Amino acid sequence: MADRQPVLQLKKVDKHFGAVHVLKGVDFEAYPGEVTALVGDNGAGKSTLVKAVAGIHAFDAGEYLFEGRPVSVSSPKEANALGIEVVYQDLALCDNLDVVANMYLGREMTGSRMLDEIAMERSAMETLKGLSVRTLKSVRAPVSALSGGQRQTVAIARAVLWNSKVVILDEPTAALGVAQTEQVLQLVRRLADRGLAVILISHNMNDVIRVADRVVALYLGRTAAQVTASESSTSQIVELITSGRSGDIGLSAEESGAVA
Amino acid sequence: MSTTTTSTAPEASSQDAGGGVRQALADYAAKLRSGDIGSLSSVLGVVVLVVLFSALRPGVFNTPANFANLLNQSAAVIFISMGLVFVLLLGEIDLSAGYTAGTSAAVLAVLLTGQGVPWYVAVLVCVLTGAFIGLVIGLLVSLLGIPSFVVTLAAFLGLQGVLLLVIGSAGTIPVRDPAILRVMNTNLPDWGGWAFVVVVVVAFAVVGLLNQARRRRAGLASGNHALFGAGVAGLAVLLAAAVVVLNLERARPNAPVSLSGVPFIIPVAALVLVVLTFVLTRTTFGRHVYAVGGNAEAARRAGINVARVQIACFMICSSMAAVAGILLASRDNSVSPTTGGAQTLLFAVGAAVIGGVSLFGGRGKVHNAILGGLVIAVIANGLPLVTSKAGIQFVVTGLVLLLAASVDAISRRKAVATR
Repeated sequence: MADRQPVLQLKKVDKHFGAVHVLKGVDFEAYPGEVTALVGDNGAGKSTLVKAVAGIHAFDAGEYLFEGRPVSVSSPKEANALGIEVVYQDLALCDNLDVVANMYLGREMTGSRMLDEIAMERSAMETLKGLSVRTLKSVRAPVSALSGGQRQTVAIARAVLWNSKVVILDEPTAALGVAQTEQVLQLVRRLADRGLAVILISHNMNDVIRVADRVVALYLGRTAAQVTASESSTSQIVELITSGRSGDIGLSAEESGAVA
Repeated sequence: MSTTTTSTAPEASSQDAGGGVRQALADYAAKLRSGDIGSLSSVLGVVVLVVLFSALRPGVFNTPANFANLLNQSAAVIFISMGLVFVLLLGEIDLSAGYTAGTSAAVLAVLLTGQGVPWYVAVLVCVLTGAFIGLVIGLLVSLLGIPSFVVTLAAFLGLQGVLLLVIGSAGTIPVRDPAILRVMNTNLPDWGGWAFVVVVVVAFAVVGLLNQARRRRAGLASGNHALFGAGVAGLAVLLAAAVVVLNLERARPNAPVSLSGVPFIIPVAALVLVVLTFVLTRTTFGRHVYAVGGNAEAARRAGINVARVQIACFMICSSMAAVAGILLASRDNSVSPTTGGAQTLLFAVGAAVIGGVSLFGGRGKVHNAILGGLVIAVIANGLPLVTSKAGIQFVVTGLVLLLAASVDAISRRKAVATR
């Protein structure tokens, strides 16, 4: 693993909110072509980490490397410009607009100052086809007419429309039924197979074990461990989440115990 | 919504002309069932009401003179309503649009009659007055975050005072400028009315066909020819019927001058409709208006400057109200403290809602305001011919508005339920 270059790398990043020390020297890497699961209990710092990566907050200390270069990301626009897209849990779709309009929202294609609907529709269809999405009947259907899984699909497809390199998915299956969860997980896998670095935030250990290549567990603002998914078990990951250590991996007894 | 497997490949989605009509009709029926009734209710409303009043007051309601009068009466309300569509699409409201029309008209009248400036300068200042009022409202709503209901309620009261102050002690300012009076008091010659119909129908057909052809060339689903043809034919028949009626002589039998033709304001309204529809449906700005109305937070995260969209919409609304003020001044030959008052604003909001613009934001088109405005106009014109009791007139008008708002609320719930 050492010879590969992570597309996104955080070294010893810190974040305070007032007196609260939310992230304490967290290390994190995401590699192209891999699904990196980011797990941790509520309050472990997952959201803060993602928001700082996305440019909503700034890290107080530590290094933020993108494709090996140190960068400073101080707004969501700068994160987008680097090729980082976040799909938030609430999806941020406009129900009254159709699939195409949602995928291009804020970045509409225009020709001679008019919306170029044809170019947008074709490219939206190509993107969905490229992701092997077969669940959408029409790209001109309003989003309000779509199921939860279809909406998630649209939100994810929107994120990959922009030659993005890193896609962060916040609990993409939390609100879905079994069949739709399956479809979305397959889609997540295909994103990685296309060479994107996918960061998956999830509380569902079955999902994590199924699609993730690597698992990064946060415990009370620290990186408890970065493990290979195929070499670890659900119980091991749960242990890392709940106590910060599992057997001989994870935080030392004193590190995890000091705050417990 | 089932997850049926249908290919989105281009070749599969282009329709063949054969079984397309039934499919297109089925799609339309499904659209209605899902709560998106569009213009259907207002078109039906106009037809039913015209038939009803014609049956109740034959020879009084259904005369060419009354139809022309009805269109002129409704013009100002429809112009305000077309501007209101932008604000309603955001899920906001502008209660002050009526008095914005009145105040702008007073500015116009003072400049024309008091200062003697040329009409085009007065018109420009009048519209700029409206735009400025919209700017102030937009800034208060978007930057301070005051609900538009409160801001425009305050503006409603304040502008009523400004209107009084601008008019001054005279009470009423006459407007005698021939250019301004011509707006609401001239008719097209007979051939002009027909030319208008031809231009509208041909333009509608050509734009539609070109669009279909471009989509087909790009390998996208391109709609149904037969259905589109039926639509064009329907539009042609409706407009031709209107022109036939309006071209009839409507002066009294022994009147000294002849009176006939399509009122000048109708092609003007059609032009405004085309421009505003273009802005809403073909430009990035229009797309962002719908996005902000649909989900402001999503629009913000997509990098849309929500405050700028809001301010622009309030400015468009108030500018359109100022234009309506010109129409009021032209029709009344004067501006008074009641210009733009009384039910003007309520009728304008009612027109948009009856036409199918959602009060919840995100749904509606500019032509909805025109169709809804015609419903309001027919009621406002026809009811006094049926009953002299003002009480009944208010109650019926109120009930119609309530009916339209109920349809809006129910269709919204249906749209959510079909998810």
